Amino acid sequence: MTLKLGVPSKGRLMEKTFDWFGAHGVSLRRTGAEREYSGAVEGIEGIELVLLSASEIPRELAQGRIHLGVTGSDLVRETLPAWDALVEEVTPMGFGHADLVIAVPRFWVDVETLDDLDAVCADFRAAHGFRLRIATKYHRLVRMHLTRHGVADYQLVDSQGATEGTVRNETAEAIADITSTGETLRANHLRVLEGPPVHASQATLFRSRRAQPDAAQREAMKALLSRLGVARPAGAT
Amino acid sequence: MTGALGEKAAARREAARLLDRFVAAGAVPVETAILQPAGALLDLYGEDIRARAFTTSDPLRGERMLRPDFTVPVVLMHMEQGAEPARYAYAGEIFRRQEHDAERAAEYFQAGFEIFDRTDPAAADAEVFALIAEQLRTLDLDVVTGDIGILSAAVQGLRLSDRRKAALMRHIWRPERFRRLVERFGAPPPPRPLLDAPDPLEDAGPEIGLRGRGEVETRLERLRRDREEPPLAAEQVTLLDGLLSLSAPSDAALAALRAMEAGLPSIAPANDALERRLDALERRGIAPRSLLFEAGYGRASMEYYSGFVFGFHAAGRPDLPVVATGGRYDALTRHLGQGAAIPAVGGVIRPGLCIELSEGRT
Repeated sequence: MTLKLGVPSKGRLMEKTFDWFGAHGVSLRRTGAEREYSGAVEGIEGIELVLLSASEIPRELAQGRIHLGVTGSDLVRETLPAWDALVEEVTPMGFGHADLVIAVPRFWVDVETLDDLDAVCADFRAAHGFRLRIATKYHRLVRMHLTRHGVADYQLVDSQGATEGTVRNETAEAIADITSTGETLRANHLRVLEGPPVHASQATLFRSRRAQPDAAQREAMKALLSRLGVARPAGAT
Repeated sequence: MTGALGEKAAARREAARLLDRFVAAGAVPVETAILQPAGALLDLYGEDIRARAFTTSDPLRGERMLRPDFTVPVVLMHMEQGAEPARYAYAGEIFRRQEHDAERAAEYFQAGFEIFDRTDPAAADAEVFALIAEQLRTLDLDVVTGDIGILSAAVQGLRLSDRRKAALMRHIWRPERFRRLVERFGAPPPPRPLLDAPDPLEDAGPEIGLRGRGEVETRLERLRRDREEPPLAAEQVTLLDGLLSLSAPSDAALAALRAMEAGLPSIAPANDALERRLDALERRGIAPRSLLFEAGYGRASMEYYSGFVFGFHAAGRPDLPVVATGGRYDALTRHLGQGAAIPAVGGVIRPGLCIELSEGRT
């Protein structure tokens, strides 16, 4: 059987992924008609390219349907509980940098840190009768971060897009979202809290711990990782 | 039956047997729905409960959670229709999401016993503890007891503004956050030049969202007042640390707590309550000397205990979940009853773990 390598199927993330592999002497390319999701790996025998939505790659790795996959480290941590039991980080790839941050209205001049946010959560609940709402699609990461820092009396509300607009629309009081330059946040009169981000994400090559490679697949994995110049991850067979 | 099915059947039988024992001890058996309205649980536990409970949606009734514990539904039931004093017993499955450890069960049986009685809290505490201990006497378990009421009384007695005391009380169940607050109150606050600006909101951008300008200004004013408050005296921090690190047999612990009254006079009534409870336990044949007391015990749980707390842990098996837990939760009834508190104490046993331990299967 061939070794399955999952990569993002479109956009800048796909292009950067192709560039990164190319720079390491492995050529990835799309095949077939323009809109057809099929691809090929050249330079190493026995590897099949699987084009997938970046958000599906964590699940495919966890199920063991692909052996290796490229996606954002934020997506792996958000999508997979106990992620490091299911997948292994082979190497960060140095692009697709983005921070998951918590942001509040800029005019909340009294809120600079998570400690401030926690105090405001208590006041807000007393004043408004419900828990302060934080809009996000990264429920698990944000909840774990706030639990770890002892923030109470908030609630997460789901926002799958245009999250920066939820405060103005009064469907949330604060947001937690991915940002690279912070421009959209500023344009929406929001400010990032001080301190390290919830998660500093970048495109990362992951290996599935679930997939059981056969002899040929092990051979292909070895050849690929050696070509990429990354040490074989501990536990890789 | 063998394997997981056989284990489940055995746990169910053991749960039924415990229920019979609790009924024989004077409890009314009660049933609670497996699908619980999510609102009450979220209101009580906050967002953290989403990581611990399975959430589902009912097309007509809205968001539901698979019963993550019996205490909340039993309290709600009692508040709607119960007459006091009351003793309730229940047995059934509860459901807990496990996000970190696949070895931990996501559904398991619990059998429990709860007392709602305002006449003699010490006697009720002792009755629950003795009944739970009696069911577990053949197992090799380590027992730990504690009392959140003593810590609360200590906080109330600190030389701090009411606002700072309230902040500590709010985080009494979050030990790390509590510690950070104590440290913060023990030092002058970091400088915040904004507080002295003629108009702190001058460059702040437009007012958006539900939290209005008035709320920001109110908090700025509070921060200015907070800055004027003298730091918590070092000897008070030391006293609090001494209290939190107390771990001793209950008779020695009481003596140590009595000695702390010199520096923390506010804990005296809570110490009296502990003494009454130890007397009540002794009358039931449980020697205070045999009971480990840890002043910080029970704080990391989400159970809203506000007084006596206890746990039975499998000896030498820190990897296993706690076999039985319980305590007094007057604060929970006050919260759920919108101020109408009913003194309540209860305990639960995990019958599945009891069987595993007695058969030496784990």
